[in-house]
Amino acid sequence: MTVLELTNVSKSFGALQVTDDVSFSVPRGQALGIIGPNGAGKSTLFNLITGNILPDAGAITLLGRDVTRSPAMDRVRMGVGRSFQIPQPFEGLTSFENLLAAAAYGQNKREAEVADQCVAILRDTELLPKANQLAGTLSLLDRKRLELARAMATGPELLLLDEIAGGLTEGECQALVATIKGLHGRGVTIIWIEHVLHALNSVVERLLVLDFGRVIGIGEPETIMASREVREIYLGMDV
Amino acid sequence: MGHRITTRTRASSIAGIIAVALIAVGLILPAFASRSLIQDLFFILTMLTLAQLWNLIAGFGGMVSVGQQAFVGIGAYAMFAGVILWGWDPVPAILLGGVAAFLLAIPMAFFAFRLAGAYFAIGTWVIAEVTRLVVAQWKTLGGGTGTSLPREATADIIGVETIARLFGLRDAAARDVLAYWLALALAVATLATIYALLRSRTGLALAAVRDNDNAARSVGVDAARVKWLVFLAAATMTGLVGALIYVQTARISPDAAFSVTNWTAYVIFIAVIGGIGRLEGPILGVLVFWGLQTAFADYGSWYLLALGLLAIATMLFAPRGLWGLIHDRTGIALFPVQRRLIGAKDG
Repeated sequence: MTVLELTNVSKSFGALQVTDDVSFSVPRGQALGIIGPNGAGKSTLFNLITGNILPDAGAITLLGRDVTRSPAMDRVRMGVGRSFQIPQPFEGLTSFENLLAAAAYGQNKREAEVADQCVAILRDTELLPKANQLAGTLSLLDRKRLELARAMATGPELLLLDEIAGGLTEGECQALVATIKGLHGRGVTIIWIEHVLHALNSVVERLLVLDFGRVIGIGEPETIMASREVREIYLGMDV
Repeated sequence: MGHRITTRTRASSIAGIIAVALIAVGLILPAFASRSLIQDLFFILTMLTLAQLWNLIAGFGGMVSVGQQAFVGIGAYAMFAGVILWGWDPVPAILLGGVAAFLLAIPMAFFAFRLAGAYFAIGTWVIAEVTRLVVAQWKTLGGGTGTSLPREATADIIGVETIARLFGLRDAAARDVLAYWLALALAVATLATIYALLRSRTGLALAAVRDNDNAARSVGVDAARVKWLVFLAAATMTGLVGALIYVQTARISPDAAFSVTNWTAYVIFIAVIGGIGRLEGPILGVLVFWGLQTAFADYGSWYLLALGLLAIATMLFAPRGLWGLIHDRTGIALFPVQRRLIGAKDG
């Protein structure tokens, strides 16, 4: 079954075409990586999928339903969870409350019904010792973990991760990758934008390359990474 | 799983008992208190309620309104309209104040919610001024110079006669007692409602929207709906308070009823001094404000200057107010809303 399908999706901001006739689909359970140089339109693509911005043309289908014009909130409840590139925690709430809010609203349940899940997610993301700490006082690593944890708390079918490994040390990165692998192992479909390629490639089964808003390659990571076009455009070198 | 979630603290359990005792004392107080004390308490309770409501939308909801006087004014005028135009008893006419404020809040939110931050503040102020100018055209209610409640309406307000007989008071003093009881009821109801709201799921949504409404939407919170809900509820309650204040004053004018100083600047002062975003803040703030007013009100504009300097000093050195200082030092929370996870084991 296809979780997400984009058909000829385009978006421009003024004269700048940030998404140019993009089509691809993601089957259930797959982990898809998205790479591309800065400004290639990766985060815009996420915003189109979550409904934070609406496309100028094309169609987006989620779990077989056309959501092209649906508001972001509906898509969350249908199972789209996302993390932000720059962590955006609810700073005045504790880590635990951040998850409670996400779980209660993302799954549309009462707080008491989702509390156990939130505790389990805090444990999985190693945030449990900081459960009662205000999110505004967390370190960068913990904020990144909280981004992941909060996205998970919404109960996603499809998890969108936006440069979750960026800015972390090697050790921190490995811990996060292990968590994401665990999630993936449980059947969550993942789309992951990442510049830290070794982290990305240790999880994803498929890689999509974006440049100037266009898809210039999609396929198995080894094939994509080996293609000359990708190396030239994305890595900016001739090898 | 061996864990539990609680918002209770030991201080909050004690505070609950003290609150019940205070309410009981407050109820029987008119039996032995002087008229001036009752009047002071009426002032304190109504200002406290206004400050709690402003704190709800600004401190908990992130909507810094400078236009709350619109709801005080329209509420007061609606009550006057009920009494003068339709011959209502002033006390039930207070409800008209709530309805009018609710109806005014709908277009106000519609326009002001398109603005953010400072623009929102200025927008609400402008709408309040426009409302004042429009109401000043209402000739049957005194136009720009205002009017008083007719003597026959204030003479037989429901319950006044009973109170007068019960406590052996003259009618004017009995009216103050009635107004005081209503103010106490409104203050308690407002505090209890806000506290219940903050402890509910909606309270989490409100905090999420305040901290980051983009992220709130991305976890499924209907940010617009939460803001509308809180803004309309606060406006309605503010309208009730406004109507009650003018039942007690019995005299109204557009400049007084829509005064940005009396109903918004003082109210913001109370919340800022006491601590924005905490239920304890306005309680402490209103006591400080009342103390300052009692001590320095004769110094005219020097008094206002002092209030301003105190507010600036608080914002610079104790941005979370006096209660924020106390909370940071002692960790005491009388009305805790934080959901704490207790006893969850790692691994």
